Amino acid sequence: MSVFSIEVGVALLGLALLLLEAFVPSISRRNLGLIAMGGVALAFILLVFAPTTPESLPGFISAYHQLDSLAMFYKGFALVTTFVVLWLVLECAGYLSKFTLEGKVSELLSLPLIVCVGMMWMASAKDLVTVFVSLELVTVSFYVLVAYARKSAFSIEAGVKYLILGALSTGILVFGIAWVYGATGQLSFEGISTAVRSSAIHPQVLLLGSAFVLAGLGFKVAAAPFHMWVPDVYQGSPTPVTAFLSVGSKAAGFIVLTRFVDALLVSGSRVATEIQALLLVAGAITVLLGALPAVFQSSLKRLLAYSSISHAGYLILALACVQSTRFGISGGEIVAFYLATYLPMTMLAFLGLGIMRAQGLGEEIEDFRGLAKRSPLLALLMTISLASLAGLPLTAGFLGKMLVFVTLVDHAYWGALGCGIIAAGVGFYYYFKTILVMYSADENAPAKQNPLTLCTGTKIGAIALAAIVIILGVYPKPLQFILTQGTHAPAEVTQK
Amino acid sequence: MSVLEFIILIPILASLAIWVGAPARATGVAAAVINLLLLVGVAWQFPTSAAETGSLAFTSSREVLQNPEIHFAVGVDGVALILALLTGLVTLAAVWQIQDDKPRIYYTASLLISGGALGAFVCTDLFFLYAFHELALIPTFLMIALHGQGEPAARRAVAWKTTIYLGAGSLILLAGLVWAVLEYSPAQQMTFDLEALRSQAATSPLPAAKQGIIFFVLLIGFGTLVSLFPLHSWAAPAYATAPTPVAMLHAGVLKKFGLYGLIRIAIPLLPQGAQVEWVQQAMLWMLLGNILVMGLVTINQKKLDSMLANSSVMHMGYIFLGIAAGTDIALKGAVLLMFAHGISIALLFALSGRMRNQLGTLELTKLGGLAAHAPAFTVLFAFGAFASIGLPGLANFAGEVMVFAGSFSGHGLKELGLLQWAVIGGLWGVVISAVYMLRAYRSVFQGSAQSGLFMTDPSLSQRWPLILLAAALLVVGCCPWLLLNLMKAPLISL
Repeated sequence: MSVFSIEVGVALLGLALLLLEAFVPSISRRNLGLIAMGGVALAFILLVFAPTTPESLPGFISAYHQLDSLAMFYKGFALVTTFVVLWLVLECAGYLSKFTLEGKVSELLSLPLIVCVGMMWMASAKDLVTVFVSLELVTVSFYVLVAYARKSAFSIEAGVKYLILGALSTGILVFGIAWVYGATGQLSFEGISTAVRSSAIHPQVLLLGSAFVLAGLGFKVAAAPFHMWVPDVYQGSPTPVTAFLSVGSKAAGFIVLTRFVDALLVSGSRVATEIQALLLVAGAITVLLGALPAVFQSSLKRLLAYSSISHAGYLILALACVQSTRFGISGGEIVAFYLATYLPMTMLAFLGLGIMRAQGLGEEIEDFRGLAKRSPLLALLMTISLASLAGLPLTAGFLGKMLVFVTLVDHAYWGALGCGIIAAGVGFYYYFKTILVMYSADENAPAKQNPLTLCTGTKIGAIALAAIVIILGVYPKPLQFILTQGTHAPAEVTQK
Repeated sequence: MSVLEFIILIPILASLAIWVGAPARATGVAAAVINLLLLVGVAWQFPTSAAETGSLAFTSSREVLQNPEIHFAVGVDGVALILALLTGLVTLAAVWQIQDDKPRIYYTASLLISGGALGAFVCTDLFFLYAFHELALIPTFLMIALHGQGEPAARRAVAWKTTIYLGAGSLILLAGLVWAVLEYSPAQQMTFDLEALRSQAATSPLPAAKQGIIFFVLLIGFGTLVSLFPLHSWAAPAYATAPTPVAMLHAGVLKKFGLYGLIRIAIPLLPQGAQVEWVQQAMLWMLLGNILVMGLVTINQKKLDSMLANSSVMHMGYIFLGIAAGTDIALKGAVLLMFAHGISIALLFALSGRMRNQLGTLELTKLGGLAAHAPAFTVLFAFGAFASIGLPGLANFAGEVMVFAGSFSGHGLKELGLLQWAVIGGLWGVVISAVYMLRAYRSVFQGSAQSGLFMTDPSLSQRWPLILLAAALLVVGCCPWLLLNLMKAPLISL
């Protein structure tokens, strides 16, 4: 089964679920969710065994679609993310339905599939037009998802903010694409990477266009100075959607950024120095503007929003070294690696938030006080997740950060390295502050001492996520294998 | 699987099991006993050839990442084995002496610190060596903040101060390690394997000036973790505040990680680094700060726990002296002293924790005459205190003599250099130690009892882990060759 037909299948499943919910009223929310999750799981299995040669694609699409290892990796990433998000929706459905029209959550189960298809297409995009179309598919679906909790004023506010700023950034992105096309006469990444080496282009024009494109994409990945929407939107969105934004939307932005920056920084490029400087400065500002305000947050959801900004900063710093091959691992691979480790730890943190909400508690850090007494397991899992977000060794979060630092040292980008280290140090403070609250007893409010009960499915899922965080921290080899197998041995995965 | 992998895993798995509901005391003590037995077995079976050539024994290596090359590799040479033994001994004592009324997090945290320390000592891959040390910092932080002495706000402040110092130190250390790794890695392949880096350093060393700079970065990083003057100010409040088992494990074992790193990583990779003039001078001034300044600070303490905490900072100075001198005898003395200090300070913290529990105060002026009702307790304390001063026959003496002799003889004796003067200054530290330890001993145990404050001896079952520590001090003090035989090969090759 070709990769493209799998993608079409996922899209059709999403549409079918919409219709099913509308015309078969008897179907339960749970079954709907299980169908969606089953479909995504099936798609993932098919994807693993799908042929990756260009010939396997239908002719009309092969001019716009590529199936290199990076694309396959991000496709799998999109499916895994969607799977976890659907599960989160089912976990949170109970309390979410209080805020939605007629108590429904069905669109929260079908729209993620559409987003997923958008991300999968984006991973394969060979040119800026395909990028734009699939990016819009993702973003427009998110407009709906963010504002889905209609009865909550926060969700409406978040939806409006996301819509206005999202539309603006889309405009900027298209504007930038037009300038890049004007400067190079090319829309495909391959064409751009050839054009930047030629003496026929005007570097200033190309730089202007690239800056607009980077700004538009910077909005999607929450890079400073285009990050101001993140805390409010993250806080207002339903928790599963926040998780999806934080992992899926970010990954989608980074796959495009990787391809675009890779084309601009190709060796012999006439704009390499400027683009690299731009990325280093943006990355350094982003890590700091994410980490420093996080210290003052009292809501865990907002704290995670700022932490997500900070993580985007590290990824951008890695992108600045995208062409580095000294140790045989490129900046693009580091980004993919980092994102893969970022997925389980972030999902675990949002799962913790969702569980707390489902138990009738809030999203403030103070609501976690005494968690270790009420549910030692949940406290332990949250500790693993936060420690990993902080970048503690033996958790998944450490290696990604370390690789970014090593690359920066190798390139002697000392200023960016310094900002990264400061942000990491500050990060220790706010994550550990939260961990400390979970283990501190609450003498004043005896009512909150009652133990929490988690259902078995939740427990198993959460333990699995935590196990992945630890395993990737201790044994990251499989991840690297997945990342590089396409480039080293493309024949292995074909024609099974 | 190498037995060393089990030695790392047992405490970590036990602490997880305790956290999710296994019987705390039984599991904790069983894990500690099994681990100590395994470690003694490893020492027993340690091949003579490994001791004589300085090569690794009980190795095992699993690749976890191809590029950069990272292995979960374990193995011990003499130095690592001695510190692992120290960890096993102190862990057993620390876990055993936890009182029955303490929550289970005491056991979880103690075992996790122990597992982290063991991992740091037996891993031979810089990535895991660093990682395991970091692992031990979380429980340390949580325990000081949650179950430390004093007001919640005060102990949280101490916990943050400790964590910020140690966190910053670790980041500097990471920078230094990555730098060394990048310098010594082969062209296309970054490797974290300590043995590969060491052989690279032996065949094609860096220029001495550069070695000096990297060594200094590592010295600051490792030094912060070991409370090297003037980066020491976290240590004394941390130990005075920490719950007893954490104080025992951190002061006794985990702190030695920094020194271990200098001896096992910094010196072999950068053999000339410590001898570059400005590096050595900076180091000597700093360690004199430890010995003399902190010695005088210690004399001035009014409470037993803060006195012990400060003395532990002070004694680090001797070990740094051995490292600064960089002769084989001085380095071996430093290792011996690390072992001896770990045991003696753990013993003293265990005893002072007991006193705090029973008496409610540790202020020297309020205590007195405790020997009358608690003779066994007094004898045990005397072992720790006298060992700490450096009484011949107890382990610390052997280490200190080797450090002083090895440092003084230095590199020829045409004239007294700064190193020799530092030895002379350091010798006065012994006098300072005697002053504060004997004074504390007199005011706590002798004289007439203060009204209402008297101690009883610990029950026999509570006594024997402490006796184990005291016995280790005596045995190593009388037969230091037991440990020295494990590291016959020279620790430095210039």
